[in-house]
Amino acid sequence: MALLETNNIVKNFGGLIAVNKVNFKLESGRIVSIIGPNGAGKTTFFNTLTGIYKPDQGRITFNGRPLNGLRPDQIASRGIARTFQNIRLFGNMSVIENILVGMHVHLKQSSIDTLFHLPFFKKEERESEQKAEELMTYVGLQGVGNELAKNLPYGGQRRLEIARALAADPLMLLLDEPAAGMNPQETEDIIRLFRRIRDEKGITILLIEHDMRVVMNISEQICVMDHGEKIAEGTPDEIRSNTQVIEAYLGRGAAAGQHEEKNA
Amino acid sequence: MVPTFWTDIIKKPEQGIYPHIIILAHMILGTGLVYISPRSNLAFLVLITSFFTLYYFKADQRFKLIVGVVLTLFILPVVGVRNIFYLEVIFQISVFAALALGLNIVVGFAGLLDLGYVAFYAVGAYLWAFFGSQQYYVLPFAPGTQPSNLPFLLPGDAFYLFMFAAIFVAALTGILLGTPVLRLRGDYLAIVTLGFGEVIRVLANNLDKPLNFTNGPQGITPIQRPTMPQAAVDVFNKLFGGVVGHEVSPADMYNVMFYLLALAVIIVIVFVTRRLDDSKIGRAWTAIREDETAAIAMGIPLVKMKLAAFAVGASFAGVMGVLLAGSRTFISPESFSFMQSIGVLSMVILGGSGSIPGVILGAATVTILNLQVLQGLSLHLSQLRQSDAVIPIINFAWADLSTQLDPAKYQRLLFGLILILMMIFRPAGLIPSQRRKRELASDEAEGGE
Repeated sequence: MALLETNNIVKNFGGLIAVNKVNFKLESGRIVSIIGPNGAGKTTFFNTLTGIYKPDQGRITFNGRPLNGLRPDQIASRGIARTFQNIRLFGNMSVIENILVGMHVHLKQSSIDTLFHLPFFKKEERESEQKAEELMTYVGLQGVGNELAKNLPYGGQRRLEIARALAADPLMLLLDEPAAGMNPQETEDIIRLFRRIRDEKGITILLIEHDMRVVMNISEQICVMDHGEKIAEGTPDEIRSNTQVIEAYLGRGAAAGQHEEKNA
Repeated sequence: MVPTFWTDIIKKPEQGIYPHIIILAHMILGTGLVYISPRSNLAFLVLITSFFTLYYFKADQRFKLIVGVVLTLFILPVVGVRNIFYLEVIFQISVFAALALGLNIVVGFAGLLDLGYVAFYAVGAYLWAFFGSQQYYVLPFAPGTQPSNLPFLLPGDAFYLFMFAAIFVAALTGILLGTPVLRLRGDYLAIVTLGFGEVIRVLANNLDKPLNFTNGPQGITPIQRPTMPQAAVDVFNKLFGGVVGHEVSPADMYNVMFYLLALAVIIVIVFVTRRLDDSKIGRAWTAIREDETAAIAMGIPLVKMKLAAFAVGASFAGVMGVLLAGSRTFISPESFSFMQSIGVLSMVILGGSGSIPGVILGAATVTILNLQVLQGLSLHLSQLRQSDAVIPIINFAWADLSTQLDPAKYQRLLFGLILILMMIFRPAGLIPSQRRKRELASDEAEGGE
C-alpha cells in the first residue's frame, strides 16, 4: 500500500489554479523528486500536503488515514516532517534547542513534571539531549550545540533544518530545494546524507529540487509538474526523454528541434 | 600591602574573594547611608542598587543567597519602617516586577504583543475588591446611596484564599480573551488586545448599574486586609525596635507584610518562569516567537501554546491584583488605564525582553525613576523656587522658573526618550536574554582534541 496518496488535489488562489487535480502515489521507502519550472505549483503542493494550505478539492491519505481537515501540527504528529525552501530555523535558539523543538510531539513531560523537575522530566530531558546530539553528529554538525542557529554558516543551517526534521522521527521527509545555494562538494555530501537517511532510518523522502544533477542522481522516481498539473511521472531515464517535460522546460520549439535531430 | 590589595580589587573584580568584598561593601555602605539620612533618595538608591551588584558579580552561591536574604528580610523592612516611603517604593517595584515578569512570558517568550495586559491585573484586583469588601451587599444600591452599616461578606483572612483563586480566575480570563484573538498575528493581535484591555476598564467603570458590581468610577473601598497578629508586631518590635528608633505600629507592619507577600509571589513567579522556560513548553513558546510557520510544521499546536502563554502571564497579574487591592484597601478603574499597560511593556523592553533579571531590573528602574528621581528633582526645584537663589552669570532667579518645567510633569517625555535611546543603542535591553548553555558531550570531545 502506498504511504502517501493524493486524489484529485486542487488548490486555487483567487482565479489562479496553483495545483490542479494532482493524483500522486508515493510508495514507502523510496526517494522521489518533484520537478517543474518556476511557478509550477510544487511548493504549493507541499504546503497542501503539510496542512499549511487547505485543499479546495480532493483527498490526501497518509499511512492509511485521511489528512483532510487536520491542522499542520496534527499532520506533523502523524509523521510528516519538512524543511523549507528559504531556511526557517529558530534563529535565536541554540542548535540543540532547535532539534529539541523538533522532538516536541514525542515529549510526554507534563507541566507538573516540569515545575517540580520530577525524575521523569529529568530523564526525558537527558535522553532527548543525547538523541539531539546523535542527530547533530548524524547530519555532520559536531560541537556547535550551544551556538545560536542564526550564527551557523549556510550549509550548517541546511543540515540543522534536516536534523530538526529528523528529530520528529517522521515516516516521510519533505525537502523543499535542499541543495539550493550549495557548492558541488556540499551538494554531493547532502545527497549522500539523504541516501543514508533512507537506507538506515527507512524514511521515505519526497523532494523538490531544481538542480538536475541532484534530481537525476538521487531519485528513483520523478514527478513533473507544470501549470499546477502533473504532466509526467517515471524513472529519471524516462523523464529525460519525455517530450512533454522538455517542452515545459525549454518551450515547444526546443522539443521540436530535439525531434528533428532524432529523426535526422 | 594595602595598595596592592586595592589595585587587586580594581583589576580583578571577577575573581576570588574580591567580588564578595565589593558586594558586602556596597550593602553596608547603602545601609549606613540610609541609616544616617533616612530621608535621602540618593542613600536609598545606593542601597537598592546593591541588589544589582549582588546579581552582577560572580560569587559563591551560598554567599549570594545569605546576602540576598539579609537584604530582603532584615535590612529592607527595617529601613522601610524607619521611612515608610521607601517601603512603598519597594512594594511598587515588586508589584511591577511581577507584572513585567508575567507580560514577559507573553511578549518576551511567545512573542505575542499584548497591549492590554493590565486587564488581568484588574480582574485580580476587582475579584478581591468585590468579595473582600461590603460590595456584595451594595449590589442593589447606586454608588453613594448605600447605608453605612453594611457587613463584610467574607472575613479578611479569605485574602490568602483569593490569592490562589486569582491564579485560576485570571488564567481563565486570559483563555477567554485569548481564544478569539490568538488566531491573529503581530499588529492585529496588538490592536485587539488593546481593545480588550479597554473593555475591562470600561466595564469596571460602568458596572455600577443595573447591579452595582464595581461601584463605577468612585471605586470600591474599604477592602479588607488579612488580620495582623499582635504577636508579629511584638516580635518585630523586640527584634528591631532598637534599630528602628520608634514603636512600630500595626499599620507599619501591614506595609512590611505586603512587601513580604509581594516578595514571596515574585520568588514563586521567577521559579515557575525559569522552569517553564527550560522545558518543552518554553521551547515551544520561543519557537513560535521565532517562526510560527516552522513551529507548526514541527507539530507545535499554535493556539494551545499561545493560550498557555496568555493564561500563565495573566495568572501572575491576577495574583498581584489581589495583593494591590489588599494593600491599598481601595480600587478604582483609574489604576488600570492603557498607560499602565504601556508602562509595564516599557519595563519589559527596557530591561530585556525574554530575560528574567532584565525584566526585574526594568521594573525597578522605571519605578524608581517615577517615584524617586523625578519627584525628588521636582521637590528640589520647588525648594529652589521658594528660595531667593539666582543662577550666576545669566542672572536668572530660580523663583521666576515656570512651574511647567516641573520634572515630574515630563515623566512620559523622559520615558519616550529613554525608550528611543534604548532602541538605538541597546535594542536587546539592559540585560539581554541568553539561551541556556548546555553541557554537551560532543563539545567536550571537541575541546579535548
